[in-house]
Amino acid sequence: MSGTYLGMPAFPRAAAASTRDTRLRANLTHATHTIRDKRARAVAELDDWARLRAAGAAIKDRMLRHLDHYLERLETAVTEAGGQVHWAADADEANRIVTRLVRETGETEVVKVKSMATQEIGLNEALAEAGIRAYETDLAELIVQLGNDLPSHILVPAIHRNRSEIRAIFRREMASWGRPAPEGLSDSPAELAEAARLHLREKFLTAKVGISGANFMVADTGTLVVVESEGNGRMCLTLPETLISVVGIEKTVPTWQDLEVFLQLLPRSSTAERMNPYTSTWTGTTDGDGPQTFHLVLLDNGRTDTLADTVGRQALRCIRCSACLNVCPVYERAGGHAYGSPYPGPIGAILTPQLRGTAGKLEASLPYASSLCGACYEVCPVAIDIPEVLVHLRERVVEGGPVTRGGVRTVLKPARGHAAERAAMRAAGWAFDHPGALRAGMRLAARTRRLHPRRLPGPGRAWSDTRELPAVPAESFRDWWQRTRGEEARDEAARGEGSAK
Amino acid sequence: MSSREVVLARVRRALADVPRGEGPEDPPVPRDYDIEHGSRTAAETIDLLAENLADYRAIVHRTDAAGLPALLARLLAERGARTVVVPPGLPDHWLAATDAELLPDTAMSTPHQLDAVDSVVTGCAVAIAETGTVVLDAGPDQGRRRITLVPDHHLCVVRVPDQVVGSVPQALPRLAPDRPLTWISGPSATSDIELDRVEGVHGPRVLEVILVGR
Repeated sequence: MSGTYLGMPAFPRAAAASTRDTRLRANLTHATHTIRDKRARAVAELDDWARLRAAGAAIKDRMLRHLDHYLERLETAVTEAGGQVHWAADADEANRIVTRLVRETGETEVVKVKSMATQEIGLNEALAEAGIRAYETDLAELIVQLGNDLPSHILVPAIHRNRSEIRAIFRREMASWGRPAPEGLSDSPAELAEAARLHLREKFLTAKVGISGANFMVADTGTLVVVESEGNGRMCLTLPETLISVVGIEKTVPTWQDLEVFLQLLPRSSTAERMNPYTSTWTGTTDGDGPQTFHLVLLDNGRTDTLADTVGRQALRCIRCSACLNVCPVYERAGGHAYGSPYPGPIGAILTPQLRGTAGKLEASLPYASSLCGACYEVCPVAIDIPEVLVHLRERVVEGGPVTRGGVRTVLKPARGHAAERAAMRAAGWAFDHPGALRAGMRLAARTRRLHPRRLPGPGRAWSDTRELPAVPAESFRDWWQRTRGEEARDEAARGEGSAK
Repeated sequence: MSSREVVLARVRRALADVPRGEGPEDPPVPRDYDIEHGSRTAAETIDLLAENLADYRAIVHRTDAAGLPALLARLLAERGARTVVVPPGLPDHWLAATDAELLPDTAMSTPHQLDAVDSVVTGCAVAIAETGTVVLDAGPDQGRRRITLVPDHHLCVVRVPDQVVGSVPQALPRLAPDRPLTWISGPSATSDIELDRVEGVHGPRVLEVILVGR
């Protein structure tokens, strides 16, 4: 795996390879099962979980329905508190802004807090082109960066690596990035964490520029919130002279009070803790404490296009907890890289095609990377109905229709390669509209049932390789109903009509 | 058109389905969740705080106001602390009994200087029992954020019962959003290797919380 998402194959092809990787499968099964059981216990501690979940969804919906209002309010509050706000319509613009801001400091190195938004826009690569080295400081991001790899999980980007692989990466790569791995490093997680502490210490103490994302931005007060565990976040948010935060516009929440909901929902859903070790909040700049220059880059990059879809917009409620990944049977087997974006798993399957559009092969394949079992919806702390959006996006891929891309309304053509599906659906639609034809068809199918093949011919073959074809009964339900209850049903219908008159 | 206007115009077009009359306070948020989980006496709340702090590997001690200086002196000595960084507004008598060298935090002290300090002693703004959290708001007895971050040993004094609340919803109204806040729940930790929890990464690896009665 090299460090880019460009040219990633469609999900089925990538998954065909990754599901055969037995080490990956073992690593993922171990990790996802550990965390999902812990999460269930952490959630069970709160009797009002369902009500917190409903409140979390409602707060985000309220924010989304008036996003323009809250963004302007946020901008005012951050500016009044001494911050500078920048707006980026897409990834390129965000990268240009951040590159310029770093250049203005005269620095060529920055330390980074783990941030999904900067992964999404490819900030590290853009900075590297400008001669600026970005050091990832989250342990898992460090493992990914040192291994020239890609993240495969929202919370634990190196979930696909086990301890002995991590040890090997540290011993091989740390020296070329800074302090080498200690002599005799074992593969115990405690020793590996200690190696990361030593490796990054000097970087934290000398860094002049920090780059972060944010979990929440409070519109009323202009406060940003970063939730973390290791303390690398605190280091990057506190020690540098300049802080640049790149945050998706949907991370806004209206009020300070709203944090009482999310600071309960997020840690329990994410790391399965009552509270994560460190949460930092800051509002603009504070004299003598922390960075004296603060820039907030508000990122669109497909979010407003997602907002324009009244079914799909619920994906923007996401607080990036990754609970949906940990329960997903498809994610557990295919792994995060198969999703071809920093957002893997069920949430990635609905977010990536909306942020990037469904024109690409990978993006068009993602809504199908699901068995629609619904486990993701059940654990989602902001009640995103992921199966609903998956089905909606499948419809968009097959049927095409009106969408918004780059802020412009356009009509999407039906995707190629779904002609058979479309034809079958059209035929089914017609048959259900014509009861006579439906009845005749079903009777014909029933009479010829002995002749039906066990497997489908032609392109349907792959599908029936792993599935039983449904058996056609000797008599259709409609015929059975007519035969056994027909009189009754007719009488009832007559009575119903009579009383209605 | 500036990018600001571009993004805001896109947002407004995307929200064409939202009725004109609907204000930013709509739709209302159902806040029927619990303000506190279960009912506890003040003493039970403090017990829960101690239990949850310890569950996430903070070391918890209890004493009264008279016993605090001796306890702090003992805890610093046990860690072999020779130097202690002190926030500007820390009550003088707290550290009256220690032999360690007391270093006032000055605006000039660099991260490297702090890295050479053994311990830090602070108060806190509020503590949350249900989550085992202490919150620092950079007040006079807590100091700048960096002094509780770089040294490897943090001693945090919580005045009970005044500074203890039951839950997160009870804590937020007591905190000022315009102050930089640090919520601390146990020493730094990571679950990044096989989702196994390991305590002690970049923040102080030892967190000791002292619950001081009146």
